[in-house]
Amino acid sequence: MSRLKSMKRWGVILSSLAVCSFGIIAVSASSPAGASSGYQSKHAGGTLHLDATAAGGTLDPQVNYTLQYWQLYQATYDGLVSFQKVGGDPSFDVVPDLATAMPKVTNSGKTYTFTLRKGIKFSNGKAVTVADVLGTFQRLFKVSNPNAGSWYNDIVGGPACVTTPATCTLKGGVVVNAATNSVVFNLIAPDAEFLDQLAVPFGSILPANTPPKDQGDTPIPGTGAYAFTSYNPNSALIMKRNPYFKVWSAAAQPQGYPNEIEMTFGLPVESEVTAVENGQADWIFDPIPADRLSEISTKYASQVHVHTLTADWYAPMNVNIAPFNNLKARQAVNYALNKNSLVSLYGGKELAVPTCTILPPAFPGYLQYCAYNSNSSSTYAGPDIAKAKALVKASGTLGDKVAVVAQNDPVDESVGEYIEGVLNQIGYKASLKPLSQNIEFNYIQNTNNKVQISVTQWFQDYPAASDFLKVLLNCSGFHKGSDNSINISGLCDKAIDTQEATAETLELTNPTAANKLWGQIDKTIMTTEAPWVPLFNPKLVDFVGKRVGNYQFSLQFYMYVDQLWVK
Amino acid sequence: MGEIEESVSAVEAVTLNALERTAMDSESPWRSSLQQLRRNRAAMIALGVLLFMVVVTLLAPLYAHDIAHDNPFASNLQGRIKIGNHYRSVMQANTQGLGLGVTPIGPTWDFSKYFLGADELGRDVFARMLYGGRVTLLIGFSSGLICIVVATVLGMLAGYFGRATDWIISRLLDIVWAFPIYLLAISLSVILVTSGLDLGIIHIGAGSLLLPILIIASVYVPYVARPVRGIVFSLKEREFIQAAIASGASDWHILRKEILPNVAPSVIVFFPLMVALNILTESALSILGIGVQPPQASWGTIINDGLQLLYTRPWVAIGPGVCIVITCVALNILGDGVRDAFDPRAKLRGSI
Repeated sequence: MSRLKSMKRWGVILSSLAVCSFGIIAVSASSPAGASSGYQSKHAGGTLHLDATAAGGTLDPQVNYTLQYWQLYQATYDGLVSFQKVGGDPSFDVVPDLATAMPKVTNSGKTYTFTLRKGIKFSNGKAVTVADVLGTFQRLFKVSNPNAGSWYNDIVGGPACVTTPATCTLKGGVVVNAATNSVVFNLIAPDAEFLDQLAVPFGSILPANTPPKDQGDTPIPGTGAYAFTSYNPNSALIMKRNPYFKVWSAAAQPQGYPNEIEMTFGLPVESEVTAVENGQADWIFDPIPADRLSEISTKYASQVHVHTLTADWYAPMNVNIAPFNNLKARQAVNYALNKNSLVSLYGGKELAVPTCTILPPAFPGYLQYCAYNSNSSSTYAGPDIAKAKALVKASGTLGDKVAVVAQNDPVDESVGEYIEGVLNQIGYKASLKPLSQNIEFNYIQNTNNKVQISVTQWFQDYPAASDFLKVLLNCSGFHKGSDNSINISGLCDKAIDTQEATAETLELTNPTAANKLWGQIDKTIMTTEAPWVPLFNPKLVDFVGKRVGNYQFSLQFYMYVDQLWVK
Repeated sequence: MGEIEESVSAVEAVTLNALERTAMDSESPWRSSLQQLRRNRAAMIALGVLLFMVVVTLLAPLYAHDIAHDNPFASNLQGRIKIGNHYRSVMQANTQGLGLGVTPIGPTWDFSKYFLGADELGRDVFARMLYGGRVTLLIGFSSGLICIVVATVLGMLAGYFGRATDWIISRLLDIVWAFPIYLLAISLSVILVTSGLDLGIIHIGAGSLLLPILIIASVYVPYVARPVRGIVFSLKEREFIQAAIASGASDWHILRKEILPNVAPSVIVFFPLMVALNILTESALSILGIGVQPPQASWGTIINDGLQLLYTRPWVAIGPGVCIVITCVALNILGDGVRDAFDPRAKLRGSI
């Protein structure tokens, strides 16, 4: 697994209307206490050493879409609102940050009015003003933010900014008043997820004079407890305390502990693990290699933290080309793959859980069922090869050639090889097409490449069922001939789209009923269309140094780097 | 590629000596060279080792079916095997500490079951190594042969006809020569292994073994063609060639009957060296994931599989690694023997 894969789509948004309960498993002790629950100054100081095999690309928070830097942005930038800096379930809660309070929502959910806090300064000493807020949202379009056209185009003037970013003004969309320090957002239509979209790093407030182009390796001043002071993608990224930072809301932006945070690039991951074992590094960003898991889970158990992720590993099948334009063929593959074997490939049952559903367990709308199982249980029991073979025969696709496309990293390729073997077993002539990590995700989306079945992952953007069901399996996500056709299986069923629209509307008034409907949609898709084989839900392993204390895990942004003690 | 340049000098010396000996001796130089090769104990041991590797890898299906009783190309993630009186899982979940990780079974040192252990998909590493050896040796020998044949033809045409023919061929070879071998091989592999080769009437699928064979053969062509060209240039000035031309023999006749027999000893000296180089190149490409593609296996791909198990199951990588070393050393020793047989005075090593 590569956590960089979460670059594909890793934003985190809370549906403020949805009442969610999220499961989290901390194998070792990780404090449930919030980051804001009492600052302990005796632990302040020292340098935190982080390791990553490679840099995460541009440092610009309005452009970068990687978990690697989104974790760091939590301590360096603030939006008008942010996700609460605490461990556990409350980390999904949106709280006021640079705004004095949560916004006043009027005009039937289309107008959000904020008041900007006074006295806050950027790390360059300049005071934060409402002009900076306006400039930030104009710049968001000018730098071609990855989600400008899908999230922020709800703002009045947004569509014009998407079309002609260079002249973006958001006139009538973002209205600021320097006298009252107010910021008003006018939306084209009500959006239950708007606050969540403001709370991710794309909504970080930056100085109005920040050049309207990707700043690449040049740090942009922020308002967080830390500021990026130097960045060389070939060697290291350095963060030091922001000299102008004062705590205004510990829930939104708490004081950090280390004096300096240094992320070093270039070591192979095996060496990174050894460095943490030897006390030469405090944490590694990259996933732990399979051959080191046993070692760290036995010899260094107290330094290991395991958390369930709301994510899917799945095998989308192209419903528009042979052989998987045949429902029976798709159902056959669902029956044939042994998900316990796939969990074993991923690192065992402590690192992944077999799944039959599109929505991850404990996700809003999750409904436990298992349509393709060796028995009638609602939890996964095993494959049914005999039924799979019968379905292949009945579908008339026996002997068809099938290419399995997978990334060429060890785990993905192994999963691809396994699927290829099973497809051969049930009567297809299967082959594996391993592709570079850089191109596979876009390659499998483009219909021109005629990908029949592939291996991929999806990490939640925000805890709402629509983030899986609507984003991944709606006609709106299917674009022929495009590298950005996130509905990889190409399922376009108007009846399902209508149900999804109903569920979204229902979310505004009755979240419980909406979630129930989402669960039914999940079941309907899998039983009547079977466009995917849901494989398993992965877990995340954090391996920290012996000297590190105060480990806390956010469901949104994972480990709080700045809250770690090294002293 | 200093070794190759040394070999080039040696090969030119070999050819000229062979010619001198042809003139002086009534005995066939081929026969005397082969007799000398047979008397070279090291070369004969190396040849024996090579033959042993070939035979053993050819017996891979027999081993998998009748001795190990498994399919080395099918995953066995839920499998169990009996060792002594106990059944053990092929993939062993860690039960200590936090219970993270699953480790394939290690070497049993029993030929009837997982002699070298299992890989990350629970497949028998030893059986895969035998199958992988077939692929590696097939690529090594066939790409070596293609390289030698193409290079010999190009070298002979350039050397014999000279002028425009020589200019065109030499510039083409210069272009290939200008790239570092591995860089060129990697570049070609990245493109072709992903999309296959489509030249209108010729289509080679992305996973075909023909791709690595052709890629590896083509990148080494200049290293053989240029010395052959030089040799032919020298031969062209010799009296027997001039006599053939004067007697009205056709170009085709001269190339076939006069030039080729005199170039052949040089080419033969090159062959073991090229095979060894090609095996190493194939392994390097496969370790990088751009050589032999699954479900096919080669020694390189098995090493690639073993890299993620280096700490817990090092034999997955060591086993095929040792095979590559043994084969390449044997090829080099045999190559030395071949050169010694064709030119006893040549002291240069053409080894890798």
